[in-house]
Amino acid sequence: MTSARYALARAAGSTAAGLSRLTGRGDGTTVGGRITLAMDPQALERAAAGRDFALVSGTNGKSTTRTFLVAALSTIGPVVSNAGGANLPTGLTAALTRDPQTQRGVLEVDEPFLPSVITAVRPRVAVLLNLSRDQLDRYAEVRRLAEIWRDALQAPTAPVAVANCDDPLVTWAAIDSPTPIWVAAGQRWHDDTSVCPACGGVLVRDGEDWSSDCGLRRPTPDWRAEGGAVIGPDGKGHAVELALPGQVNVGNAAMAAAAAGVWLVPAAASLTAMAAISSVEGRYLRTEYAGQPVRLLLAKNPAGWTEALTMVPPEQADVVVAVNARAADGRDPSWLWDVPFELLRGRRAVATGERSRDVALRLRYAGVEYTRVDNPAAALRKAAAGGPVEVLANYTAFQTYRRVVSDG
Amino acid sequence: MASRGDPVRIALIYPAVLGTYGDGGNALVLTERLRWRGIDAETVAVEIDQPLPAQADLYVLGGGEDSAQTLAVSRLSDGALKAAAERGAPVFAVCAGFQILGESFLEGTGAVHAGLGLIDCTTDRLEGPRAVGELLTNSTIGVGALTGYENHGGRTNLGPSAEPLGVVRDGVGNGTLGVDGAVQGSLVATYLHGPALARNPTLADHLLGMVVGTLAPVDDAEADELRQERFAAVQTARRTGRWRWRRQWRPPARSGPPTS
Ligand SMILES: [Zn+2]
Repeated sequence: MTSARYALARAAGSTAAGLSRLTGRGDGTTVGGRITLAMDPQALERAAAGRDFALVSGTNGKSTTRTFLVAALSTIGPVVSNAGGANLPTGLTAALTRDPQTQRGVLEVDEPFLPSVITAVRPRVAVLLNLSRDQLDRYAEVRRLAEIWRDALQAPTAPVAVANCDDPLVTWAAIDSPTPIWVAAGQRWHDDTSVCPACGGVLVRDGEDWSSDCGLRRPTPDWRAEGGAVIGPDGKGHAVELALPGQVNVGNAAMAAAAAGVWLVPAAASLTAMAAISSVEGRYLRTEYAGQPVRLLLAKNPAGWTEALTMVPPEQADVVVAVNARAADGRDPSWLWDVPFELLRGRRAVATGERSRDVALRLRYAGVEYTRVDNPAAALRKAAAGGPVEVLANYTAFQTYRRVVSDG
Repeated sequence: MASRGDPVRIALIYPAVLGTYGDGGNALVLTERLRWRGIDAETVAVEIDQPLPAQADLYVLGGGEDSAQTLAVSRLSDGALKAAAERGAPVFAVCAGFQILGESFLEGTGAVHAGLGLIDCTTDRLEGPRAVGELLTNSTIGVGALTGYENHGGRTNLGPSAEPLGVVRDGVGNGTLGVDGAVQGSLVATYLHGPALARNPTLADHLLGMVVGTLAPVDDAEADELRQERFAAVQTARRTGRWRWRRQWRPPARSGPPTS
């Protein structure tokens, strides 16, 4: 493979990306990357060569943690990143060929691709957030993901794993890596981890501790997210006042601060930079619709929905629950029954999205008063007629609502 | 049946390991459908480190991953579920829960693992990819069409003591003889997720009827609407062949609309 071929592939990729943007089929990132990669399978490796990267992967919180880490590392210099959720090798290739200059980078990576991206990019750090069920009709077993991560992280040349030790699957994946940094970032979703990933036995939990008879147990954390504070390895606590809601984001901030620490960014500087971030690609966005305040929350799987439901403020706000079941969402909305929609009792809900009938059935059994409205804009208008609105939506339904609110 | 003082107890078996596809919803559906009728009922979630209650009225098992399946069967081998089935308590099992009730199933490694032997069936592997997609059957027990979503790599062969729960109209089901699930005594099993009892209230009431006798009708407007939508989706997919690539095996073609 010659570098002339790489240059040609790169040029062809950016032309296609431009066309894709012009024709309105997205920001063009993925199309451009796909063409570059098809013409030169080593394009990602070449585009990354000689640069200094952190990768961020996990079921939930990838985009937020990537954004946090970009903010933290930006305190010491420019950072290239794959904004826009294009986290497959094609999207990474496009992001790096578009900016061939910037030395330092933060890339979020779709979980199954983490090993191949580690091989191609040779990152300094891999930030491992959590592993839970997401689109099981595509990725059959969560443990299998942990296993391929584990294989990739055991090589002597493996990156520093900044790993969430509250997640047994992530811990098992990282525990035999050369120099792991453990972060107690929290895990509210235990349902996928009652079985020990190492031996198949029962995983016993005792407070925040967990262990298995085979010897796998929660390592002592180097960093901790505790209430509204992040505590570093020096034992010093830093109060965190994030603009983003939810305890889960304090955990994400701890992960990002620990990763930035590898570049010697002081925790206080990292956390100050993260505090200012108020929305991540439209997530948590506060806006107005039909004269009422509206907040958009993205949730892609049971763990994410459970978090989002706890972020709905205690004061009365109607809730729009929008669910699609396209390929990017997972075709099977059975997971709705793993989510504690009972938390919405006493509020009014509007069920919408392409699978609004599944939502309606779930809300009926949850004892939540609801109306079902097919059209997403009409559903939001209906909810806004009663005051402030929280919109909870899964992946493609969320994209629809970003358009609805920006169209006013 | 006679009026009863105690609440009807629905035992949800190991929800943290056998609850991978929302199947815990089956227990919620059973409990709520009794409450809607003014019958006192409660779900008892039994975790993997707890003994199975000997006196529950109905037992529910869901789907799970390979490692969870092996762990669950080792815990359930203590005979408590067998005793419950022998006294005629209904047991409803889905997917991995179905497989472990049989004589044997395959571990993730491909090794044959003994099941609980409560249903006369064995499970090996489907040839080709997993069966993933809408599953539509006509029930053999008079509760009409059954709709749901399947997601499994197992192929289940029924022995002479087990009857199928449904005849497959669209999808894979057991992957043999064009049928899905099994019925044997008070045990009812299927590959349908959705959850199955949310999408098929007549099947839920069939199971509840085995416990409390005749049930008053309830309003199932939401389920009816969802069922019509899913029937139509299967028809559309069949017409366009859009989902066909996902199937490595198809049942013999049958004609006519679903029976309910
Ligand atoms: Zn173990």
